[in-house]
Amino acid sequence: MMFCSAAPCAVALAAGFPALPLLAAAPFTTPVGVAHYLVVGAILFTTGVVCMALKRNALGVLMGIELVLNGANVNFVAFSSSYLRGEGAASLGLDGQAIALFVILLAAAEAAVALAITLNFYNNHATVDVDQADDLKG
Amino acid sequence: MDPVTQLPMLLGLAWLAPLVSFVAILFFGPRMGPHGRNAAWVATAAIATSLVLSLTAFGVWVGNHPVSAPVHGNHADAGHGDAAHGDAGHGSPAHGGDAHGPDAHGAAGHAGGAHADDGHAAGHAAAGHAAAGHAAAGHAAAGHAAAGHGPIAYSGDWYTLYHGGSLTLSIGWYIDALTVLMFVVVTLIATCIHVYASGYMHDELHDVTDHEVHLSGGGHLHRPGRFPRFFQALSLFCFSMLGIVIAGNLAMIFIFWELVGICSWFLIGFYYERKSASTAANKAFIVNRVGDFGMLIGLMALWGALGTLHFADSALPMAGGSRPGLFSLVRPASAGHALTVPDGMVKFAAADEVATIARQYADHPADAAQEVDAKVEGWRNRGFGRWLLFVAGVGIFCGCVGKSAQFPLFVWLPDAMEGPTPVSALVHSATMVAAGVYLVGRFYPVLTPDVLLVIAVVGAITLFIAATIALVANDIKRVLAYSTVSQLGYMMLALGVGGWSAGLFHLVTHAFFKSLLFLCSGSVIHACHTNDMRKMGGLARVMPWTAGTMLVGCLAIIGAGVPFVIGLSGYYSKDAILAQALSYSRANPAWSILFFAVAGGAFLTAFYMFRLWFMTFAGEPRDHHIADHAHESPDVMVRPLIVLAVFAVVAGWTLPGGFGLANLLEQARPAGTAVTSTGDYLFGPLTLPAEHESHEGSVHVIATLTAFVTALAGVLLAAAMYLWKTISPAAVATMFRPAYTFLANRWYFDELYNAIFVVPAHGLAAVASGIDRELIDPFIHGLAGLAKGIAGVDAWIDKYVVDGIVNATAEATWNAGLELKKLQTGRLRQYVMFIVVGTVAIFVLASMLFRAALAG
Repeated sequence: MMFCSAAPCAVALAAGFPALPLLAAAPFTTPVGVAHYLVVGAILFTTGVVCMALKRNALGVLMGIELVLNGANVNFVAFSSSYLRGEGAASLGLDGQAIALFVILLAAAEAAVALAITLNFYNNHATVDVDQADDLKG
Repeated sequence: MDPVTQLPMLLGLAWLAPLVSFVAILFFGPRMGPHGRNAAWVATAAIATSLVLSLTAFGVWVGNHPVSAPVHGNHADAGHGDAAHGDAGHGSPAHGGDAHGPDAHGAAGHAGGAHADDGHAAGHAAAGHAAAGHAAAGHAAAGHAAAGHGPIAYSGDWYTLYHGGSLTLSIGWYIDALTVLMFVVVTLIATCIHVYASGYMHDELHDVTDHEVHLSGGGHLHRPGRFPRFFQALSLFCFSMLGIVIAGNLAMIFIFWELVGICSWFLIGFYYERKSASTAANKAFIVNRVGDFGMLIGLMALWGALGTLHFADSALPMAGGSRPGLFSLVRPASAGHALTVPDGMVKFAAADEVATIARQYADHPADAAQEVDAKVEGWRNRGFGRWLLFVAGVGIFCGCVGKSAQFPLFVWLPDAMEGPTPVSALVHSATMVAAGVYLVGRFYPVLTPDVLLVIAVVGAITLFIAATIALVANDIKRVLAYSTVSQLGYMMLALGVGGWSAGLFHLVTHAFFKSLLFLCSGSVIHACHTNDMRKMGGLARVMPWTAGTMLVGCLAIIGAGVPFVIGLSGYYSKDAILAQALSYSRANPAWSILFFAVAGGAFLTAFYMFRLWFMTFAGEPRDHHIADHAHESPDVMVRPLIVLAVFAVVAGWTLPGGFGLANLLEQARPAGTAVTSTGDYLFGPLTLPAEHESHEGSVHVIATLTAFVTALAGVLLAAAMYLWKTISPAAVATMFRPAYTFLANRWYFDELYNAIFVVPAHGLAAVASGIDRELIDPFIHGLAGLAKGIAGVDAWIDKYVVDGIVNATAEATWNAGLELKKLQTGRLRQYVMFIVVGTVAIFVLASMLFRAALAG
């Protein structure tokens, strides 16, 4: 959560919004801004990391990875949206969206490779438990 | 026949033949037949070739320069001041005509005879420049008096070893009657000795058991024979000696002088396993080095002051025209060949005055040179340079003292008997000891009367000491050895008192009869297997040829003959010496002792020679075992004895036409020595009487009678003691016990030299080795120890400090790796936790550390 609070604060300060009162006092009255998206992204990211750390099934771990990547994508898109960032903010163009697209592409490729490894691992060990995959330990 | 080209070629080939034999035996000796037997043939063939070539050269010489009795008349001024004669020859080296024919001497008489030598010595344009100006005259046939004329001589260079500055070292020739005569004598005697040695040395053809070498195990030494080695050294010896004889300059003489020395070392030490032989060889070599040191000083004096070592005038390839040699420098033709201190020596001695003049004329060097030249005559008259000339002469004589075994360096010669007997014969007659006398004779023009006096005195001392020692010696070869020393003293004395011809005449005759005597003694030793005369006796019956030829030798050496009628070779040469000594004594009464030395020596010689002969051949055998086994030597040994005996008889004869060795030698008489010269020299006034004066009745009759009476007395005394036994030698020895002991111990010379030189030298060596051992060695050892200690510390640092650091680093890295290995568990979820915790930690740290910066 430290991660989630620190980054929006810095951005909020730069944009001229009073950050903490916004979250605490009027959650439903204030217009949707970047901070809301960041909260969603942080939740997605945290969920993904916890999933990666706790799931023993390799497929679960892969799902956690997807969540982490998409949490990051939400942030990219949110930062890139001039609408969300309000009037007077410098335009960032479509950079965020473009990087999000790259991430999606990368995730697809990564998922393909990871699934292939998983399948091979299953063929060799008859299991997809990542705790069993310690052949590379030092 | 042109002697200018023929003589150097003939004698040069004669000189090189033994070298060829030496090289052949050196490389192929052991393969020459069984045990190298044919090496004797190779060496003998080579020396016989030399003999034939020498005889041919002798014939060429005599054909061109007929030998006849000299005419003594008007010596004082004949040819004196005839400077033009000398200059004519010098000035025109391209003179093409042969002025040597007798008729060329007719009216003109002194037509310079410089032969142009076209291309006979390898493009050496002026080589063979025969005897430049003063060669032509002096032909006895033309009725010239010898006075005032130089000898007939041919000189030139074959090969220039070095030419730089004023020094020219070359291999060249100087050929006059003396050279030709010596070639014949040396090669003739050497040939006889080669033939004799091929029989004498036959033991060396098989393995030899040397009974004189006792091994530590108690047995005797067995060794392979060394037959080729002997003849190899003999050939080199002959080559060296002929090199001295033909040499055209002192540097070449010195080279071959040393070669003779090393050959004597090889041959005297032939039985080198015997301690006595190797010691004797070393002794001969070392004692000769002492003399050679003096010779080097003489060479330096000559070269330093005169800048040349050539005897005759030479035409150098670099300098235009001829360059004066030693002879014409010391006896310039312009001074009538009278002895003159050369300009070079005067300037050398007056170096201070020359320097003064050079300072005065510092700006005009040419004027300075003129001024010096103008003053040279004055300096010469004041005596500058006389000492230098004296030192040069005495220095060269020092070398002759060593080689010719003169007092005080004669001690090596008797020990040289350790060599095989043919070597003794060669060393004692024709080669080594002859070299010294020959050099004095060759160098004679440069020797001043005071140097000659030194030579005469040294000769007299030598002849007396050696003759007295020979009286009591019992070793047959030692008697002959001391006899040789004594006879060499005779020759030196003769040369010293002005008897140039007498001394060299005796050298030649002595060479014949002394080689004969040695070969006879070798024959005796061969038969008896002992050198001790006390074990011999009565051998004449079993060895008639040896006894007969040895009797001839003994008679020759004592100068036997019918006075005024005829005699053996020694009769003539010894008479000439006695006459000249008498003539000198009359001219210089202060030195009349020299005549008595010669006369006394003649008595002693007769006594010890006949003592030897009677003890060996006459009477009854003293040791029947030896006498019964004695036998006459084989023909190969006897024939050389007969040849030499014939020469010992006839060598001194002069044929009715005037042909004889004495007259032949007159052709080579150095310029300016045929006249009586008087002067005030370093040791006071001296008169050097002309040699022809000794032939006059008042001198000659007394000398001949003295020689005859003393010799007869000696023979009679020897006969009384050893043949008729009317006087008991033992009783005489008892009566003069101290004197006998003194003589039997050879005047204690060996002990004296041992005490003066050998013991101090050993002491000095002991001190030096003590310093080495006690002082220098500890210091060196200390340094070594110190270095070792420092190295130890260094090694410790290297091992524990440097290596320690490196090893510790490696250890730490290894351990760190071991620790870090545990982190890589291979558990995926744990890795994720690491990533998460690490990321969070980075953010926390960043926010904490950069709070101030973020707060802006």
